[in-house]
Amino acid sequence: MSKLLVVAFNESDVSAGAGLAAALGLPYDVLDAVGSHAVADALAPAIAGALGGYSHVAAVSSMRSKDVMARVAGIVDGAMVTDVIAAQSATVFQRPIVAGTMIETVEVLGSPTVLTFRPAGFKGSAEVGSRTPVTADAGQARRVGANERQGGRPDLTQAKVVVSGGRPLKDAATFESVIGGLADALGGAAGATRAAVDSGIAPNELQVGQTGKIVAPDLYIAAGISGSTQHMAGIKDSKVIVAINKDPDAPIFEFADYGLVADLYEAIPALLAAIGK
Amino acid sequence: MIILVPVKRVVDPYARVKPLADGSGIDTSGVKFEINPFDEIALEEAVRHKERDPNITVLAVSIGASECEEQLRKALAMGADRAILVETAEVYDSLGVAVELKAVAQAENVDVILMGKQATDDDNNQAAQMLAAKLGWPQATFAAKVEFAGRTAKVTRETDAGEETLELDLPAVITADLRLNEPRYIALPGIIKARSKPLDRRAPSAPAQSKIRRLKVEATPPRAAGRKVGSIDELVTELKNKGVLA
Repeated sequence: MSKLLVVAFNESDVSAGAGLAAALGLPYDVLDAVGSHAVADALAPAIAGALGGYSHVAAVSSMRSKDVMARVAGIVDGAMVTDVIAAQSATVFQRPIVAGTMIETVEVLGSPTVLTFRPAGFKGSAEVGSRTPVTADAGQARRVGANERQGGRPDLTQAKVVVSGGRPLKDAATFESVIGGLADALGGAAGATRAAVDSGIAPNELQVGQTGKIVAPDLYIAAGISGSTQHMAGIKDSKVIVAINKDPDAPIFEFADYGLVADLYEAIPALLAAIGK
Repeated sequence: MIILVPVKRVVDPYARVKPLADGSGIDTSGVKFEINPFDEIALEEAVRHKERDPNITVLAVSIGASECEEQLRKALAMGADRAILVETAEVYDSLGVAVELKAVAQAENVDVILMGKQATDDDNNQAAQMLAAKLGWPQATFAAKVEFAGRTAKVTRETDAGEETLELDLPAVITADLRLNEPRYIALPGIIKARSKPLDRRAPSAPAQSKIRRLKVEATPPRAAGRKVGSIDELVTELKNKGVLA
């Protein structure tokens, strides 16, 4: 029987799953792992145990889903495809490789098919069937501490507006006031380049790029960002990209829909004034 | 204690590579090959632990054609004690890699498998978790800090929202993320010493049975060219017209 099970780690994954289900042409149910902190070695067997009757199991791409779903695939000997961006059928998928510079089309030859997918490529709708909470036993690994960002701004991967900064932001306080300030004024999320994270200007969970978060907002504002390949790989699904950089030859101007050659410390206050904030 | 570090031979992550004209794969002609950068971080971490604890042995392993010896020699030069090449001309998918690594881990009775979170060529991020599942071992992916105390590993790992800390009783699988460390530069004495370190070759434990078939590789379509705006006011007007600014 061909049916999709979507493992939801966030509430928005339920509707994202509808898009994938429509693209696959399959009915879908939801296995609810929203808010679960169960370690992978406990959660993966619970998910694997719920796969009876499903040909496909999928989750929205995230660090959490990659940790857990690949272990599920290891348990069930599934055919796994990571970071699916488009489906040509229920067995043929497209995904980015080599830091997003190429697109690979792959066919899965086995079952069950295990997918992580980027919701930006799946806008269709379908009715969700059942929604069942997942129950995991205690794991072998023990979660003994966490230091996780608390609320405030929307999640980077879900936000409609993302404002990101690079190394020219100098230090954490400057980053927070300039980038954070514009993000707040636009009701968006703050992001950062790998260079900014590596130099301690921004916390690592804000890193946008191939090795960090993949974002797909309506509006992406890059301030003081030159535009490395790995950063661009994380933002190319954005609807509109704006670049503010004082170097007129910065590579990001080749990708940005709108480029402004300006010092970000002058441009961002002027932008805030122009939008009445 | 034995730390097994799988190293994958990948196209130079800093080279500009293109698809082959017929779309069958990636054009690697004239391109250097390197250790997958995330595996290099894993290797650096293993070697640092070994330098602090003489009871630790670092074993590097690669699966692939004889050219992988180049990356294994580099691993030995970085400080691995010995290396194994599971020699094959076939291409293994992540599940196949997990099966082969499991065979090596069991044959060599290793305590920890420390490897990159993903390879920079196929960006799959699968093999380590599949391997942990097949061995029935706990896992800590995306490690930013790794400490060992007796038979326990304490791993601070990156998450979508920040960090969390896991304790794992060994044996365990750990994957390295970017911020775990900065790999060392390999000095000449290390390269010379590596030539005399043991490198065993063995056959795969099972034939490659890929569950994934690559149909095509193509260049990512470029975004439509944008344009420069002359002022903030012009920018704001454009963004409002596009409906992305209220």
